[in-house]
Amino acid sequence: MQGGTAAVERVFREEYGRLIASLVAALEKWQESGVPPNPGGWLTTTAGNRAIDRIRRDKQRDAKHQAALMYQDDTPHEPTGPVEDDRLRMLFTCCHPALAPEARIALTLRLLGGLTVAEIAQAFLVPETTMGQRITRAKKKIAAAKVPYRVPEATDLPERLGGVLAVLFLVFNEGYLATGDGDPVRAELTGEAIRLTRILRHLLPEEPEVAGLLGLLLLTEARREARVRNGQLVPLGEQDRAGWDRALIAEGHDLVRECLAINRPGRYQILAAINAVHTDAPTASDTDWSQVLALYDQLTRLDPSPIVALNRAVAELDGPKVALTLVDRLPLTGYHAWHVARADMLRRLGRTAEAKQAYDAAIAATQNSAERAYLLRKRGELV
Amino acid sequence: MEEAFAATGAFNDKLRADGYWVFAGGLQSASTATVVDGQGETPVMTDGPYLETKEVIGGFWVIDAPDLDVALKLAAEGSKACRGKVEVRPFDGLA
Repeated sequence: MQGGTAAVERVFREEYGRLIASLVAALEKWQESGVPPNPGGWLTTTAGNRAIDRIRRDKQRDAKHQAALMYQDDTPHEPTGPVEDDRLRMLFTCCHPALAPEARIALTLRLLGGLTVAEIAQAFLVPETTMGQRITRAKKKIAAAKVPYRVPEATDLPERLGGVLAVLFLVFNEGYLATGDGDPVRAELTGEAIRLTRILRHLLPEEPEVAGLLGLLLLTEARREARVRNGQLVPLGEQDRAGWDRALIAEGHDLVRECLAINRPGRYQILAAINAVHTDAPTASDTDWSQVLALYDQLTRLDPSPIVALNRAVAELDGPKVALTLVDRLPLTGYHAWHVARADMLRRLGRTAEAKQAYDAAIAATQNSAERAYLLRKRGELV
Repeated sequence: MEEAFAATGAFNDKLRADGYWVFAGGLQSASTATVVDGQGETPVMTDGPYLETKEVIGGFWVIDAPDLDVALKLAAEGSKACRGKVEVRPFDGLA
């Protein structure tokens, strides 16, 4: 099966010139019988739902195993059966425009993310009773106002999509840097956000913002295991890149390339591209910061919010003094990352007393245990 | 104003043709309004609209739609036709 082998290898080698370990079993099978025309479909149907059932049963999901299965599922295939259709219906219903934005997020986290009301309340820093009422009111509105329980018609999908993408982004974020003082990183939330985004991508293969969001989530998820060490958050520049998931990075880069070819940029595509620049660098010092900055400039044109301005300032090439001037202008005194950025810039400028104060403010503004541990250490290093 | 009239008329025709129509009417201006409060011992009549707002209710549609998505779509068309915002609310049972 010489031709078959070459075809399969070409499918998987791409630019990295390595076979991906998690696909070796599939590769061996395909070398026997030739590349099936719809690899994703083959994996889904012959594996049956055994793999999916195992994940559902297994509460302690192994993140790498899950990532491998997610990678195997990356080519388009029919959503398998009533369970997946049901989740999609629930997702669009939870994100219905008739509901207030905070209600959509709360409902999605409750009904699709499986968080308790207490956990969601903590995530949004509101009392539990408030969050409970919010969710109850939203459910009542859905019933009383007759919000239909279905996936929107094809003609309505693109419009309804923005709301869904925003909610999925927020669910992922809650998993990647949890707001409360429980687990600092929650793989079941990031995994759930990715799973739902994949289904969306199958539904809307032509929508570049969906591809962009998926790319963004994969490229971020790829770094998850390198992010926390000994209960402390490890910033991007200090992470052990050998711990990054190369399969997810390869897939994320493919998605970014696809988006660049479509050339209808949007917020999630640009964020994905920024992540791609970072994950493309073999070491932190290889990072193409000028490209990162150019992308942030593009993002600012699309979304001139203070948070984008903050992230752009962190990428600033003209030194910490210029960056600090930019950051000080932003109305973000309640935002932990603003204090962290200031603390780091003040530290680099040798303004130690002010840096300590900024670290204190950052620590007060977050309950995430890994982030606090990291900030306490940085503050402690200041003499 | 005349455009809104014509467009709303066309929209109403469409509602009838598509089977959503129950009833509709445009209201006269807010200056013709009287508020009645019969909750006390004697009813109190007050000149002017109920809400002292810049925006006032100009009219209403009563439609029969299977779900909120259909109602919202029709409301969007109606809003465009009458050049104003439309509030959508379900009936709490019918008399």
